[in-house]
Amino acid sequence: MTIFIIRRILQAAVVTLITLSVVFVVGRVVGDPVRIVIGIEAEETRVQEVRDQLGLNDPLTVQYWRFMTGALRGEMGTSFWTRTPTMPMVLERLPATIYLGVVTALLAFPLAILLGATAALKPHSWADRLINVTALGGVSIVEFWLALMLILVVAVQLGWFKTSGYGGVEYVVLPALTLAYKPIGRISQMARSAIIDELRKPYIKAARAKGLSEKQVVFTHALKNAAIPIITTTGDEVATILNGAMVVETVFGWPGVGLLTINALSRRDLPLVEATVFVVTGMIIMTNMLLDVAYTYLNPRIRFQ
Amino acid sequence: MNNTGSQDFGESVEGRPSKISWLRYLRGLFSDTTTAFAIIFLMLIFISTVAAEVVAPYDPIKTNLRMRNMPPLTPAVEDGSFPHVLGTDPLGRDILSRLIYGARVSLLVGLSSALVSGTLGTILGLLAGYYRGIVDDLIMRLVDFQMGFPFLLLALLVLLALGPGFWSVIFVLAIVRWMVYARQARGMTLAYRETPFIDAARVLGCSDARIIFRHLLPNMASPLLILGTLEVAGLILGEAALSFLGFGLQPPSASWGLMISGGRQYLSSAWWLATIPGFAIFFTALSLNMLASSLRSITDPLHRERWLMKGSD
Repeated sequence: MTIFIIRRILQAAVVTLITLSVVFVVGRVVGDPVRIVIGIEAEETRVQEVRDQLGLNDPLTVQYWRFMTGALRGEMGTSFWTRTPTMPMVLERLPATIYLGVVTALLAFPLAILLGATAALKPHSWADRLINVTALGGVSIVEFWLALMLILVVAVQLGWFKTSGYGGVEYVVLPALTLAYKPIGRISQMARSAIIDELRKPYIKAARAKGLSEKQVVFTHALKNAAIPIITTTGDEVATILNGAMVVETVFGWPGVGLLTINALSRRDLPLVEATVFVVTGMIIMTNMLLDVAYTYLNPRIRFQ
Repeated sequence: MNNTGSQDFGESVEGRPSKISWLRYLRGLFSDTTTAFAIIFLMLIFISTVAAEVVAPYDPIKTNLRMRNMPPLTPAVEDGSFPHVLGTDPLGRDILSRLIYGARVSLLVGLSSALVSGTLGTILGLLAGYYRGIVDDLIMRLVDFQMGFPFLLLALLVLLALGPGFWSVIFVLAIVRWMVYARQARGMTLAYRETPFIDAARVLGCSDARIIFRHLLPNMASPLLILGTLEVAGLILGEAALSFLGFGLQPPSASWGLMISGGRQYLSSAWWLATIPGFAIFFTALSLNMLASSLRSITDPLHRERWLMKGSD
């Protein structure tokens, strides 16, 4: 178990290094940083200023070393836009995104598992087909369009929740609902097939033979054992939620890391973009690592090996 | 024994399962109501995309300031002209016509980036699974990295370096999704490389390239095509998101994604501007997803019977 955790941490560290290298290569080798930051039409003095600030006059290896060591110390340069260090700016926005992500997860997981289990109760029934189409809808919908439709119908027409802004329940429900639909679709399909696989196993026969109702068989026996494959796929959804957060935060004016990323991108603020990418991917890598460790711990077959 | 080309080794060929013709597959697919709807809808979209000039009632870029933001079902100004069934936009352009021309852009982006990423991913996956070792390690580490990276963020990062535009979008969408094919192709290669028919090919002296392209690839075609169908749907959504955020296609091109984001500021005064193109994307992607899931179960020998039996009674 300890060896597993150590190996997993090393793996996470390698992925972090790859991520930082990709960011470095894309931003400073593939693209010309000066052109990214100030566009094509720029005065010579301004070009020199930017080159100095980004340290672009040094050899690439020196730049790479400085970039990587800086990142590991949590220093990702100074924002061109606010002229302040970038890392504090990003970390300040982090709680808003975590808040939105947690509410989304709390909405998505129970609902998805309930839908998946209901579908597995009677495969190919009308309920199963309806849930299947609903689930496919989740991966077929444009998130920002869903956001706009929710604003139009729920917030403007019905006047239930706020159209945009940051705060309690009345602010968080619509963005969280928008973000939750895609994971609901995917997890419910996953849950359905995992439960149907479980239902073929002998212990289910025993449960049925002792006279349990089909609902009890599915919800208490099969679901508990199907939890393991379901939990392993939740890791992928972390990236999905953060992916969607960029779009959804932009539509709802939610002051999180996603909105900051988009603002940094449209202001061509390269250091700030790099810092947001670092934080977002760092979050994904950490959550996946924790999920893996938790999953291994929860599964006795692996724990006692 | 006849000597006209085909050789008879004296073995009975009767034991082989009979080949199921594609017509039976098609009949099987159409016997399912939702799948039939999906196929018909996709065909309609495809036809109107190819023949946009004939099908579209109006010129998609012709403005008419007297007809600004007209709701759906507004009659045309001139007698005898086709009514504006889906309304008009803030410049008085006919939305149905723009939708038909926009389909061209959205589908072209979706199909071509799926083709590029599919080719790239399949080749890399085949190489990783066939040669194993360091090639496999390198490719799979890259796949792992990209699987956990939000694809929109990577796309935006590359677009920042490349600058926006039609070809940048296709390139970016292709390189952010190659890994799903690589993972699938590698998995199948690993499964097949130890099977007797690959051993036989090797004993006969086939080169690696011949084994990969003549023996492995044909066996992977259908799962990869199904994956490609799913991916086209995802890529259309991806293009819409990039365009909405302002880093994808730029106006005046009319993709569905751009049409929705253009309608955003008129949300409360002219709801149809954003609503209608969103439904177009939704139904197209939904049809592609449903088709892919039906294709998956009809090509799966365990589920196939249920579909084909229905189609043949």
